[in-house]
Amino acid sequence: MATLTLPGRSAPTEPPRAPVRRRRGRGGKSASAGPVAYTLLTLSALVSIFPLYWTLVAGSHTNAEIAATPPPFLPDASLFENMGRALEEAPIGLAILNSVIVAGSITVGTVLFCTLAGFAFAKLRFRGRGLLLALVVGTMMVPTQLAVIPLFMMIAELQWVNHLQAVILPTLVSAFGVFFMRQYLVSALPDELLEAGRVDGASTFRVFRSIVLPAARPAMAVLAMLTFLTAWNEFFWPIIALTNSNPTVQVALAGLGSGYVPQRSVIMAGTLLGTVPVLVVFAVLGKQIVGGIMQGAVKG
Amino acid sequence: MTIASSGPREALIAAPVVAPPTTTPPARRRTRLTRNRWGYAYVAPFFLVFGCFSLFPFLYTAWVSLHETSLSNIDGGTWVGLENYRNLLQSEFFWNAARNTLTIGILATVPQLCMALGLAHLLNYKLRHRTFFRTVMLMPYATSIAAATLVFAQIFGRDYGLINAVLEGVGLERIDWEGGTWTSQLAIATIVTWRWTGYNALIYLAAMQSIPGELYEAAEMDGASRWRQFLHVTIPALRPTILFTVIVSTIGAVQLFGEPLLFSGNGTTNGGTSNQYQTLGLLMYQQGWSNFHIGQAAATAWAMFLIILVIVGAAAVVGRLRARADR
Repeated sequence: MATLTLPGRSAPTEPPRAPVRRRRGRGGKSASAGPVAYTLLTLSALVSIFPLYWTLVAGSHTNAEIAATPPPFLPDASLFENMGRALEEAPIGLAILNSVIVAGSITVGTVLFCTLAGFAFAKLRFRGRGLLLALVVGTMMVPTQLAVIPLFMMIAELQWVNHLQAVILPTLVSAFGVFFMRQYLVSALPDELLEAGRVDGASTFRVFRSIVLPAARPAMAVLAMLTFLTAWNEFFWPIIALTNSNPTVQVALAGLGSGYVPQRSVIMAGTLLGTVPVLVVFAVLGKQIVGGIMQGAVKG
Repeated sequence: MTIASSGPREALIAAPVVAPPTTTPPARRRTRLTRNRWGYAYVAPFFLVFGCFSLFPFLYTAWVSLHETSLSNIDGGTWVGLENYRNLLQSEFFWNAARNTLTIGILATVPQLCMALGLAHLLNYKLRHRTFFRTVMLMPYATSIAAATLVFAQIFGRDYGLINAVLEGVGLERIDWEGGTWTSQLAIATIVTWRWTGYNALIYLAAMQSIPGELYEAAEMDGASRWRQFLHVTIPALRPTILFTVIVSTIGAVQLFGEPLLFSGNGTTNGGTSNQYQTLGLLMYQQGWSNFHIGQAAATAWAMFLIILVIVGAAAVVGRLRARADR
């Protein structure tokens, strides 16, 4: 239900521009796309899709068939057999379950904590606010590599290596998320509204729950989708913190690639298995994710 | 859930009516919202996690880099001062990895951003199936590093790879993509470019849509061609966005890790038989988790950070100078 408000909420950025563009006539960007533009765009779309399609083709043949000249260009019936073998040889089922747990927890945590902090940075005035916000934004530039070594020492000390919390906890918040929520709330939530709540005698938390949360919902949905996608695809830290006995999808795929499954078509079938869930999510929510990147990523 | 979206607005409209101006003077109202110690409670969960798992490790890496230590030795190890940094600067592996990171970074970033700019320009036309094209361009971004690299490693394969099959089909020689220095780096750069071009195109597109149409009208009246409009209206207006994508791509390029790790197909950290595509990220991982020389790895991580700072600083300065020159 909540997501239903999304298109309606993100759409208003579009219509006001439409008349402006139309007025511009032939000039610049407003022109209708000609055949050249369509050809180039279609080519780019094919390039974007082809490697994924090739995974399907290569994953559904035997090794000998892919090696033939010319190579096959259509999927074949061996797909399920190859997937079955991939599931036997790498713990992909467990990996998908783990990834759902990991990416799900990270998404819930990030959206909750970043909305709380984003609200405080946008609307509450407290000592040191500017400094703390600068800290958040500044550390967005620090590479992950810089934190990994002590992080590994910590989880080794806590005996968390190969446990999911080792992957969940460090990623439970994101500086980008705080900044994203702050930017949204600064403009989307009028001060008068909060003051009205205060006048009615609501506590800060009550104001947060009944005014801020509903107003922040569109941005929270966008942040949730981006966070889930990023968490699902995260590679660097999981491959350090986990092993193949309790992997996320990316760790399992890395295992597939590093040679204990020698069959190339089985590797491709496994890759397909590990990639399809997130592609399905993307196919369903793609429009909103695109909208989110169009709206928020530039500010971030 | 219409209440969710319309509630605040209704409340906003109703607010002046509901709030009796006599009970709370405006000045007092402002104080209650502006001096709010609860702010700390709201940022606390974030900073608790952030401090423990990002900020503290980030600073502690500097301390570790001054020690000779192992992964299990959380208390520090032996103090060696700047020894690790001295080793790093004298190590041919470090310079090799730095060089590779630079060339792969340029091979991946420059074409990627140029193509993204062109794509954004095309996507900005009045299009049928606009959403379809935008979504398809973003598909690679939704694909993981591991999946993309595995697929491209097969496509670039020497004996059975698709590209070599095509090359042979048109009468050319097969290329040992993984074996050569340039070819392997080009292949890795291709993976990066494939994953990120659409994402950057959407960022450019968003910025293009906020350029006021009047600028184009004026340019057209002055007789500027399409191309000149792109060059003299679109590009200058996008400059801050371009700077942003350059910085983000640079940070990504310096950290490049997953692609070179998985490209070889045997999961070693060497980056090819003669380290021809070993990046700094891969070298750091090798020092720490294969050679167990954790202090050395920490020094490498700090070197990567310093490189990022230098490049980002330079980009920011150049961007500012260009902007000033335009005025």
